[in-house]
Amino acid sequence: MNETVLWEETIQPGASWSHVLKRGTALRLTDLEGGCNVAGIFYNFECPTERYNMPDTLKAQHIARLTKGFVLYSDMGRVLLSVTADSVGWHDPIGGTSNRKLVEAKYGPSTYQQDRNDYHKNGRDSFLVELGKWGLGPRDLVANVNLFSRVDVADDGGLSFVPGNSKAGDSVDLRAEMNVLVILNTCQHPLDPDPKYHPRPAQVSIRRVAAPTADDPCRLSRPENGRGFTLTERYFL
Amino acid sequence: MSATITTGKNLVESTLQSEAAIYRYVINAGDPWIYEIKKGQYFRIVDLYGNQAVDTLFYNARDYSDRYSAQDTIQQQRNIYLTTGTRLMSTGGTVLLTIVADTCGRHDTLGGACANESNMVRYAIEKRHMHACRSSFLKAVIDWDHGMSKRDITSNINFFMNVPVTPEGKLTFEDGISEPGKYVEMRAETDVLALISNCPQLNNPCNAYDPTPAEVLIWDVQT
Repeated sequence: MNETVLWEETIQPGASWSHVLKRGTALRLTDLEGGCNVAGIFYNFECPTERYNMPDTLKAQHIARLTKGFVLYSDMGRVLLSVTADSVGWHDPIGGTSNRKLVEAKYGPSTYQQDRNDYHKNGRDSFLVELGKWGLGPRDLVANVNLFSRVDVADDGGLSFVPGNSKAGDSVDLRAEMNVLVILNTCQHPLDPDPKYHPRPAQVSIRRVAAPTADDPCRLSRPENGRGFTLTERYFL
Repeated sequence: MSATITTGKNLVESTLQSEAAIYRYVINAGDPWIYEIKKGQYFRIVDLYGNQAVDTLFYNARDYSDRYSAQDTIQQQRNIYLTTGTRLMSTGGTVLLTIVADTCGRHDTLGGACANESNMVRYAIEKRHMHACRSSFLKAVIDWDHGMSKRDITSNINFFMNVPVTPEGKLTFEDGISEPGKYVEMRAETDVLALISNCPQLNNPCNAYDPTPAEVLIWDVQT
């Protein structure tokens, strides 16, 4: 693959990050220590009312997990991001994110005054603050994905978090098929049973990549995705 | 008073009589319905003819940005299926309603609502013209005229729809487990705005290829 690394940086444990990932570039996320969770929501930067849609992503591909070959759909039938490489095998699209009440109940009280930049962050507030920087707010808060985390569903519908899903050095590549506003944070997964507040860092690597070809594996993985790519390409004509 | 009788695993019948309802309305297939339900009122949706998907959203009536959250609801109860006992959670952590009776036994909140655009992806680009839930949702919030828009149309509940997930992480759309007259009943835990699209989908078996009317009823129950 012809890839040029444009820049790299680390998202600190519990921190937020955002960027407009341009069509023609990709985001590689690497779990630096193992056990990382990267929560993400995604928007069409040019028209943010078009945003990542969990149900459309799941039902178009008949999946309740994300890995290489699958794509993330917007609510407008277009592909925001394609998962072009993945050493993990399972990323959670259903478990959601934490909130202040949950984090305080699980890990105890924590303030900036006392803990400085190690104060406890939660997913919902992190998303809202990062969304706020782009003029977005609670009405734009939609179902998120949790990269590097796995949640199993039992026959009776019961949810269980699978510890140790991601190892140090594991990575996932998300290729932008549109100009995508990417909102991330490294808060712990809401169903993580670890009794300690222990978010992990992730490395971000932004790369210039080739446009998807006619035989791109994400395009061909399902007939639905072929149509999704067609609708996405029409948007740019 | 207790308004329910347990009849089996998750299956709970209500003792509320239809004649005593303060509000009744039959939503035809393909139509939206929007209505405010007050705290403490009981709200029932009846699948009149069986296997009809009733796509439903709820909002905190005091703040529409505090709205039903599929992920918070399944995370809170650690189960993907909605049934008796499920507390329908908002993005802000508010319990909007609690399911108090359910004669169907399982309802979906991962499959979302159909849209012209998702139909183009799922079935064929030529399906764009077919009537879809998210158009009904939009029509309803435009007519409601309280400043709501597409930003407020979020991931919904599909009452009476059966969408199992396998241990391998596959999402499947199974034939319905609902039948004529099955219902689900909720108690509003705060004032809520209910928004329904009675699903017009003709491309998959969620409505057994024959969308049919559903009835909504509301009771004021003295406790």
